[in-house]
Amino acid sequence: MTAPGSWRLPEADRPWLMRTYAGHSDARRSNELYRANLQRGQTGLSVAFDLPTQTGYDPDHELARGEVGKVGVSIAHRGDMATLLDGIPLQSMNTSMTINATAAWLLALYIVTAESQGVEQSQLQGTTQNDILKEYLSRGTYAFPPAPSMRLIADTIAYTVMHVPHWNPINICSYHLQEAGATPAQEIAYALSNAMAVLDTVRQRLGEDAEALMGEVFGRVSFFVNAGVRFIEEHAKLRAMAALWDELGRERYGVHDARQRRFRYGVQVNSLGLTEAQPENNVHRIALEALAVTLGRDARARAIQLPAWNEALGLPRPWDQQWSLRLQQILAFETDLLEYGDIFEGSVVIEGLVSELTQQARAELERVAQLGGAVEAVDYMKASLVQSQRERLRRIESGELTVVGLNRFTEGEPSPLTAGADGGILKVDPEVESQRKVEVEAWRAARDPDAVATALAELARVARTPDENVMPASIAAARAGVTTGEWAQTLRAAFGEYRAPTGVTDFPAEQSSQRLDQLREQVQELSSALGRRLKLLVGKPGLDGHSNGAEQIAVRARDAGFDVVYEGIRLTPAQIASAAAQEGVHVVGLSILSGSHGALIPAVIAALREAGVGELPVVVGGIIPEADLVALREAGVAAVYTPKDWDLNATLADIVRLVAARHGVELAAR
Amino acid sequence: MTGSVTRSMTRSMTRSMTERAEVDERPAQSLPASPGAALGARLARGELSAAAAALNLLETDTAEARREAVQLLDAVSVEALGHEPAAHIIGVTGPPGVGKSTLLCALLARWRAAERSVAIIAVDPSSRRSGGALLGDRARILHDPADGGVFIRSMAAGEQLGGVAPATRAAVAALSACFDVVVVETVGVGQSETDVAELADTVAVVVQPGSGDVLQFLKAGIMEIPDVLVVTKADLGALALRAQADLHAALRALGGAGRPVISVCAIPPTQGIEQLAEALEQHRRTLALPARRAAARRAHALADFAAEHGQRGLRALGGRRAGATWLERQPQQASLTQLRRALEERLPHP
Repeated sequence: MTAPGSWRLPEADRPWLMRTYAGHSDARRSNELYRANLQRGQTGLSVAFDLPTQTGYDPDHELARGEVGKVGVSIAHRGDMATLLDGIPLQSMNTSMTINATAAWLLALYIVTAESQGVEQSQLQGTTQNDILKEYLSRGTYAFPPAPSMRLIADTIAYTVMHVPHWNPINICSYHLQEAGATPAQEIAYALSNAMAVLDTVRQRLGEDAEALMGEVFGRVSFFVNAGVRFIEEHAKLRAMAALWDELGRERYGVHDARQRRFRYGVQVNSLGLTEAQPENNVHRIALEALAVTLGRDARARAIQLPAWNEALGLPRPWDQQWSLRLQQILAFETDLLEYGDIFEGSVVIEGLVSELTQQARAELERVAQLGGAVEAVDYMKASLVQSQRERLRRIESGELTVVGLNRFTEGEPSPLTAGADGGILKVDPEVESQRKVEVEAWRAARDPDAVATALAELARVARTPDENVMPASIAAARAGVTTGEWAQTLRAAFGEYRAPTGVTDFPAEQSSQRLDQLREQVQELSSALGRRLKLLVGKPGLDGHSNGAEQIAVRARDAGFDVVYEGIRLTPAQIASAAAQEGVHVVGLSILSGSHGALIPAVIAALREAGVGELPVVVGGIIPEADLVALREAGVAAVYTPKDWDLNATLADIVRLVAARHGVELAAR
Repeated sequence: MTGSVTRSMTRSMTRSMTERAEVDERPAQSLPASPGAALGARLARGELSAAAAALNLLETDTAEARREAVQLLDAVSVEALGHEPAAHIIGVTGPPGVGKSTLLCALLARWRAAERSVAIIAVDPSSRRSGGALLGDRARILHDPADGGVFIRSMAAGEQLGGVAPATRAAVAALSACFDVVVVETVGVGQSETDVAELADTVAVVVQPGSGDVLQFLKAGIMEIPDVLVVTKADLGALALRAQADLHAALRALGGAGRPVISVCAIPPTQGIEQLAEALEQHRRTLALPARRAAARRAHALADFAAEHGQRGLRALGGRRAGATWLERQPQQASLTQLRRALEERLPHP
């Protein structure tokens, strides 16, 4: 039935968009980086913003401390955006912006910057991630409560469908769900539930126009997925998602045009599975994961960005990013990957896997629907993710799941890749933060204050008027020179503050195991000696939203018999210190993965002293480069745990010993 | 010095209450203060910063700490203060997820605007298997960490299913001496509001529209009629109004027609918060406070007694109910220590 040779494409496919998730420090330095990357064959931009920009704070806000320019570029106003994109032709560039809570604002800045280049908004191409639910579930850079956040998303979609037709206004992210521990079926189900919540909101927002525009809206929704090292199952997952998406378009939203129902996705492959131990092994993992999203033509990624080998150590340097880009280029240009049709067509294994995953995902979709949809089910989904992650860690600890170099085949030569003076990672110039503070103050002083006041008043009015679209007022504010922090503060005032669920409260304790029982005995013994149950505060200072580690430590400590105070992400040093003092804890554990430990940990220790509990032992967990250990110890940190310390029971036993020693309690030898 | 205090206590245990009053008339300075008494004195003077250390002590279960705890609580007794502790003690309870923390957040802002100091005790369930607990509520109660007028403490419920932690009653007794408002927040329907009713001046049960369990519990008589009912998520409109109407109807049928049912929305734009605060205060104004506080102390003494002497101790009293009846015969202003002693006197001498 298949004509001879028909498996070969008449003409090789064009490769996917190749990007590198990049940006750091300020707009000028990031602009240099982008130009260099484009020169090296990168075909699109992927802008990484720093956490203050992502959460709507200016560089001089208290919560921004230690985070300015760290995990991405700091963009506080249209001047910064113009510098960032200087010399890059926006009429032809395809720019992806990883921005969510403040997506409407960054899009407004992008539109205004294009204006200044003489490019009309109708010509712009690119993507704003603009997916808030996964921020509540895993990534943590939310700014507003769910309902107004969904409205902002609907506003940007409605606006771009009308005025910026080539823009992908939303990129539903299942990426971060897997990073938070999602199984493939959970990843599919939660991402699609999330998409439904968005589409339902937009449909309502469009009112009478909905019928005419829904196909267009559906066609503009793209996805951003993850791919782990189990690359065959991961590929099947993408095929299952494509089929379910097509079905959803047909059945729920009445989209007739098959092209509009096509499952379009970009990908960043898995970072969760990357190890700090023997970090060179990560290169192989990344290559295999890239196969998951490229091998089968019917579910191939539209855009790919690969992490760097050293992400579990710290921030990648330009060379590390270049190495990742080369992997993509070899895959696209050296191999024969793009010359054939879908190589899995008719595969019994793939079909079987797809139908299995589809079935599991449907069950989970149903559960979320019963809870009232993705917005209402945030608590449920969060708790399920924490549970899955707990199971994953348990399997690593027990050895059921092999991670080479971590829990098996751990003996080896030291890695020459980390032997250099920089420890194999990028250090952001610590001066960036103070420079940015000065710059933003100067920017504010140089603006027309009346224009700013007028623009903010209008923005506030629109925010309080749910029927109006927030985009025009945001664009006007961008033109007037309003800052990121001012825009977000205006909306916070109208919408209220919000704290996402921590997901850790509703589990039954873990079943006994010999090692856990031993730890429980130790906790019990120390608690008895102290007369009060051992109490631990788990704190996440600053804007870093990566809460996996904190959540898992909190849950395991509870399972071991600690009383655990865990308040979720985004706390100021003063909040942590006040909680430690008022709660009467015995030990404070801090978790930071964003690289801001150098600034934030000493700030917390100072705040503890100020709150009268300077004697409390402080332990730190996170991505902490070897080179920073001495400085942290000198600042008063009692112990530091990094991804190498993957055995939670051992870490907690260490903390028990530490507290015992501080209180002069001698624990029985075990 | 602790020794002399303990000895004087032991002596006084055999004295009658009137004699005890004489002992306490000596100026406090004449005795070197024990750590517990010193903390109690600081609370009695209105030093809010003593709250954390006081609760650490009250939660500590060693023989020495228990002795110090008695000293602390004696220093904030009606006798020592010269009046009932002035705080408004409010119990806030309801099923998980109805928005209690968000509600407290809005109330807290209002109370602070009126310059009233506020202590919140958030009671969380403990794991039966490990004994540990995850305490996560405090972060949801937004406040300025530099504001010394706000104190928030999480407590594990320990062995008490759904009810209040063993140290919670003592914590309330201590904090009510110096804070203007003391809130005890518990989770659940059934046991939790019964326990809270024993220690609070005013009990508010929080429900959300569309969840019928509280209504069912009320109708079935499993749940006492609360002083104030709160329906959250008023922004849901018709659904919230419906829930309010259902509760009103149930209350009428149960003879509680006058009980306020307040519909609130605790996220901006807020509604009903002012009304709720007023309803809580209204209840407190019309309350026979000395009687309610006396009942709380009696329940506290009985709970402490049961914790210390177990079933055997309760049997010696002729059962829990007989113990309660015995306590009701004690003077209304009797302190916790005095009430406990009154119970212990009924234990057979070894």
